[in-house]
Amino acid sequence: MGIEEKLGYNVLTTTLEKLVDWGRKSSLWPCTFGLACCAIEMIVTAANRWDIARFGMEAFRASPRQADLMIVAGTVCKKMMPAIERIYEQMTEPKWVIAMGACASSGGIFDSYSVVQGIDLYLPVDVYIPGCPPRPEGLLYGILKLHEKILKDPFLTQQYREKLAARQEAA
Amino acid sequence: MHVAVDLLKKQFPSEIVEVVEHRGDTTVVVKPGRIRDICRFLRDDETVSFKYLSMIAGLDYAPQSPRFAVAYNLYSHKNHDRLTLKVFLESDTAPAIDSVVPVWSTADWHEREAFDLMGIKFRGHPKLKRILMPDDWSGYPLRKEYPQRGH
Repeated sequence: MGIEEKLGYNVLTTTLEKLVDWGRKSSLWPCTFGLACCAIEMIVTAANRWDIARFGMEAFRASPRQADLMIVAGTVCKKMMPAIERIYEQMTEPKWVIAMGACASSGGIFDSYSVVQGIDLYLPVDVYIPGCPPRPEGLLYGILKLHEKILKDPFLTQQYREKLAARQEAA
Repeated sequence: MHVAVDLLKKQFPSEIVEVVEHRGDTTVVVKPGRIRDICRFLRDDETVSFKYLSMIAGLDYAPQSPRFAVAYNLYSHKNHDRLTLKVFLESDTAPAIDSVVPVWSTADWHEREAFDLMGIKFRGHPKLKRILMPDDWSGYPLRKEYPQRGH
């Protein structure tokens, strides 16, 4: 069938989109910052027992300019939100956001004047991880779900360009 | 009776409103007018030596009147001893009291906190602005009438 017939088993053919998506999902670089108790679970996820390096993610970058995944781990105060928005803006495209835990997803138990009631009021969230705090297994499961999402990312299509335009407009 | 109470009664007889002893803790309720003098006296007196201000708390007693109060928790390293000063403020709408930053410089942030969350003005404070809430916040969140939800 097609070109493979001539080349034998020496060459793999695929679409550019699939190859790039695979590369992106295999080496997500999270941004280093934690906000509350969820951050402790995120730290142990990176440590030896759960070992996030199995998914090519052990490089937590201290600079948002080198990161493409934002794990919002913890309660976000309204006073903290401008700083988080700035970190998100500083990250380079393509970038993804995980809302880790009840607080980041919905405000959690802090139904209060000072706490942001879910970061999706400000940032485009890709994966929500429930739990208070979620166990490392929960975080890893959320990351694997994000991997699935990235593998299906149609970044070369008109749909992607529209998404990007919308995101830039919103920013 | 706490030794500081006797000293205060001798030094400021017209300022003492009430003395409360509860489980070994002494609270002296004083009038707001000369709070800075009272604090300076307690700090500098050799016997009681309250050189450390642990905390300043703003209090809201709504719907009582006087509504607002300020509590000063003092500590003496020399005697390992504590004393609480409590002052009820005159105005229920624009509560204000003299700052004690000239007495204990640590009062700076404590007073800013009370101003931020309770709306109590401290006259003579070097930089009375919000400390915990964002600068553009309106309202005082720990006042009784402040809604807990719906922001």
